[in-house]
Amino acid sequence: MSAALTDLTLAQARDALAGGEVTALELTDAHLAAMEGARELNAFITETPEIARQRAKDSDGRRAKGEAAGPMDGIPIAIKDLFCTEGVLTTAGSHILDGFTPPYESTVTQNLKDAGAVMLGKTNLDEFAMGSANVTSYYGNVINPWKGAQAKDLVPGGSSGGSAAAVAARLCTAAIGTDTGGSIRQPASFCGIVGMKPTYGRCSRWGTVAFASSLDQAGPMTRTVRDAAILLGAMAGHDPKDSTSAPVALPDFEAALSGDIRGLKIGIPKEYRVENMPDEIEALWKQGVEWMKEAGAETVEVSLPTTKYALPTYYIVAPAEASSNLARYDGVRYGLRIPGNTLDEMYENTRGEGFGDEVQRRILIGTYVLSAGYYDAYYLKAQKVRTRIAEDFRAAFEAVDVILTPTAPSTAFAIGEKMDDPVAMYLNDVFTVPASLAGLPGISVPAGLSGDGLPLGLQLIAKPFAEDTLFRAADVLESAAGFDGRPK
Amino acid sequence: MSLDTKTVNNIAFLARIKVEDERLDHLAGELSAILDWIEQLAEVDTEGVLPMTSVAEATLPWRKDVVNDGGYPERVLANAPEREDGFYTVPKVVE
Repeated sequence: MSAALTDLTLAQARDALAGGEVTALELTDAHLAAMEGARELNAFITETPEIARQRAKDSDGRRAKGEAAGPMDGIPIAIKDLFCTEGVLTTAGSHILDGFTPPYESTVTQNLKDAGAVMLGKTNLDEFAMGSANVTSYYGNVINPWKGAQAKDLVPGGSSGGSAAAVAARLCTAAIGTDTGGSIRQPASFCGIVGMKPTYGRCSRWGTVAFASSLDQAGPMTRTVRDAAILLGAMAGHDPKDSTSAPVALPDFEAALSGDIRGLKIGIPKEYRVENMPDEIEALWKQGVEWMKEAGAETVEVSLPTTKYALPTYYIVAPAEASSNLARYDGVRYGLRIPGNTLDEMYENTRGEGFGDEVQRRILIGTYVLSAGYYDAYYLKAQKVRTRIAEDFRAAFEAVDVILTPTAPSTAFAIGEKMDDPVAMYLNDVFTVPASLAGLPGISVPAGLSGDGLPLGLQLIAKPFAEDTLFRAADVLESAAGFDGRPK
Repeated sequence: MSLDTKTVNNIAFLARIKVEDERLDHLAGELSAILDWIEQLAEVDTEGVLPMTSVAEATLPWRKDVVNDGGYPERVLANAPEREDGFYTVPKVVE
């Protein structure tokens, strides 16, 4: 089965490992070779082949003794370079973290390590996870493995663009990303994979480089819904080190995939439309509604009237939190230091050179909206609108179990597009940001191809901690769509 | 909301980010465009609405007020750009 090792889904790899048809080392070596052959995608900032091969051998050793740790034992995965990994360079895609080698491991990656997963490397991302096209990384752009009819180099989406490209190009069996306003779901849609953002609090944020703390969540990026369910089970769980980590039971997500959604109520929000949205996205959405009906679900039109205000709300809340979180990068304790004659000059020089343009813009906006005289008009107003957005969802979820929407208003676009207009770039996240602001779980499922031959995703959103229902519905949507996820 | 270069310069100082003078004009234009777009929030009626302070319906946990971590200065200082005798070093702050 050697030729197809990189084609195995996580569930297939798990079964092949359990059945003794393949070793973790063979699986790992196949992916390391694939990574080497696909460096032009720039999906990884740091490859960790020595660590990978050692962990794979350890996994095979455990299995030989009948002590395999569970479904993730021996599975080769890629880690977004926003998670601190002990002894391995962690950059957040930024110049300002030059040479930073964490002396500790993030809780999510520790959980995966404990589960026996094999780390292949750290994937590229927008600087500090701020971006929707993976064009703001200090380590260069990531290229989408999908080319489409125009045969151009396209963006993979962002900010978890390296993870999405690596999963789509079969450089890893699965990957993890983080999602603040759509950074898992939007690149998943652009690269034709499954990307899932759990409920806020489901995964610990400890040891993950912070962007906007009230929004950041880690989540799985995989080629199937089943794989996402398995991977999330190994990432999530209560962590006393993160006070916002939810002390709730962790269900068996994979067991929720019953294939049966008869009687499930699916909300279709009439406000999820934007100007110039391609007809084919609207058509795919309608098709999604039909698929769910054919599977026995009941679809209901719902209204989320504050939808159009979610994005401007996000662009106050997230930069405000970022300006506070990124204050720690001062050239004193880690990373880049550019000397100055005074302490202030050293701070200014370090931050002026260490942060890229988009990060600087967001810190400046955040500083401004939090500054004396503007706090009430901007930040407080945004926090109130955020309450209303959450209330809209709460009201809708009184009538429905899940909500179905498009994931993004476009397919992957060419590298270089939307670069001179920050607001145009922000619009990529128009359909993913509302659920983020409300702390709800959401998943993007690849559902079809555009006329140009590029993947398009549909998004499902569920109630807090109803990931089991979300996966059950997503699994049915995936089967109905029958997406052939091979980049071309 | 239109920001002038003087305001941008001041925000940049508050954020401790060095912005070269020749970039100020362009940056003022970009930031003003973002703020103009954000202004649409004024349309939303938020009379009597409480600002969201936590997205999760949870009470923050308590723990004993005791030291439960630390005692490894080497690990803490391992990434310091400059250090001396177990301390971080910075430019002189007292004249």
